Amino acid sequence: MSPSVPPLFWLGAWALWRREILRFVRQRSRLTGAFLQPLVFWLLLGGGFNASFRPAGASGNLSYVSYFFPGTVLLVLLFTAIFATISTVEDRKSGFLQGVLVAPLPRWMITLGQTAGGATLALLQGVIMLSLAPLAGVPLSPMGFAAAVAILAVLATALTSMGLVIAWRMDSTQGFHAIMNLLLLPSWFLSGAFFPEAGAPLPIRVLMHLNPLTYGMAALRRALYWSEPHLLPPLPGWPLALSVTVAFAATSFAAAVWSSERRPA
Amino acid sequence: MQARNVWPRTQAGLEEAVTVDRLVHRYEDRVALQEVSFSVRRGEIFALLGPNGGGKTTLFRILATLLRPTAGSFSIAGVPAQQAHEVRRHLGVVFQNASVDPKLTVWENLLCHGQLYGLRRTTVAERASELLDRFALRERRDDLLETLSGGMQRRVELAKALLHRPPVLLLDEPSTGLDPGIRREFFALLQELRAHMELTVVLTTHFMEEAERCDRVAILHRGSLVALGSPTELKAAVGGDVLMLQGSDPARLAERLRQELGLAARVVDGAVRVERAQVHELVPRIVAALGDDLTSVTYGRPTLEDVFVHHTGQRFWIEEPR
Repeated sequence: MSPSVPPLFWLGAWALWRREILRFVRQRSRLTGAFLQPLVFWLLLGGGFNASFRPAGASGNLSYVSYFFPGTVLLVLLFTAIFATISTVEDRKSGFLQGVLVAPLPRWMITLGQTAGGATLALLQGVIMLSLAPLAGVPLSPMGFAAAVAILAVLATALTSMGLVIAWRMDSTQGFHAIMNLLLLPSWFLSGAFFPEAGAPLPIRVLMHLNPLTYGMAALRRALYWSEPHLLPPLPGWPLALSVTVAFAATSFAAAVWSSERRPA
Repeated sequence: MQARNVWPRTQAGLEEAVTVDRLVHRYEDRVALQEVSFSVRRGEIFALLGPNGGGKTTLFRILATLLRPTAGSFSIAGVPAQQAHEVRRHLGVVFQNASVDPKLTVWENLLCHGQLYGLRRTTVAERASELLDRFALRERRDDLLETLSGGMQRRVELAKALLHRPPVLLLDEPSTGLDPGIRREFFALLQELRAHMELTVVLTTHFMEEAERCDRVAILHRGSLVALGSPTELKAAVGGDVLMLQGSDPARLAERLRQELGLAARVVDGAVRVERAQVHELVPRIVAALGDDLTSVTYGRPTLEDVFVHHTGQRFWIEEPR
């Protein structure tokens, strides 16, 4: 990282952030894709499984629709972050990124602008989804809501940065889809979003323990059930969940900066 | 803070806006540039002319700070290449492909770019307004870029590169994809800018007629600089006029020209070339001597294409692609 950055060069990151937002507003299909798809997932899967499944280890009052809801919020973040990072790959193909790379601002500042843009969009949509919590039978208190939004912000940063690490190394969006299916979606499946750890076979449980998203998922569940933690299945505690999630975001961002600096152009 | 608003100028008294010193670039399997040296004077419009694969794109990318040279050095407005950030502040870059965002308006594109260069919104607004007037884009200020014609998009691209008032403007194949009318219009704009702003223009091109209009031309062939000078100087160096002879057996034709008439003739891409002052005076003798072997004789003043052939022994367009 550069030792000193003249103050006005923060404008560069700001400019990239604003562009990300403007583009999003002008491409309705992205909004639909990132928001409706998880909603449909939730209604169909949650609704479909509701009668057959009870989340293992949870108290009797937690329905599958309710259990799956926080997982859907995480999925919204994941999808938006993915869309935001696909746009980085497209920027390189279209030539926009070249124009950014010849500007006198350090790469980490470029990455900061991109991450902030992607994370803001992810957070906004996550919050919209979150506001549907009462419909899912999730008891949302003001304190719980605030905590959930804060956790979503950290998770949005982590996921967007992860996407950028990949995007800076990819030359095609096809390659990106392959990575998404192999890495990002499985890490969502194994985060406790879809099924709880309790009752899963040992290899799956090990993978879940190793998956940093598991801890973000746990933090989000704990925030949503702020006032009624007794309804939750066994989960990592607050300190562990929070520290792993913050560390995950910081590491992902550092990795994104590193990838951007390694790439010649 | 104060230093931020003082925008780069070429150092006073500095005569060379760009210097390139023994630049070498190797890709894994081939040499793209070998020991290329030249300098561009302040206020010049300077062309890097060459066929695709000649090395001009590599040179452009090195000067634009997107690629590190394997060896050698360069400076922009007196700033050495090692200070990449300073070089970037002194450089306006126009790429061959659009680097504007089609989903943003003209103004939003300019604002975004100005801020990437650390300019405040008010500064961008002032300069954008001036440039939009000059480029006849004022009415389109709030239109999405994707709704503009190709020529207009090029002008936005140019306005964007000038916002931070760089002393040196670097353009990669600015004419590619433009129809001839717009191409001339765009070049006229560059000439106007050079006259009104303190601007040095370096562009890559494979269009002869574009290079003809530049002050000086550097011809690149297979990574080497084969000729450098004003179009007039370069053409004068060819050695007079050019005679092209066609026939069924070019090698035999060339041989007979040498043997019977003592002319330095060579075969280039299936035709025999003779370069010599006042060569047209020889046409009757040549026709009389070679008669049956000849199918056509073409006489011309040398063009930049002839300059290229003169230095490389190859036609401009038959270079293998990159």
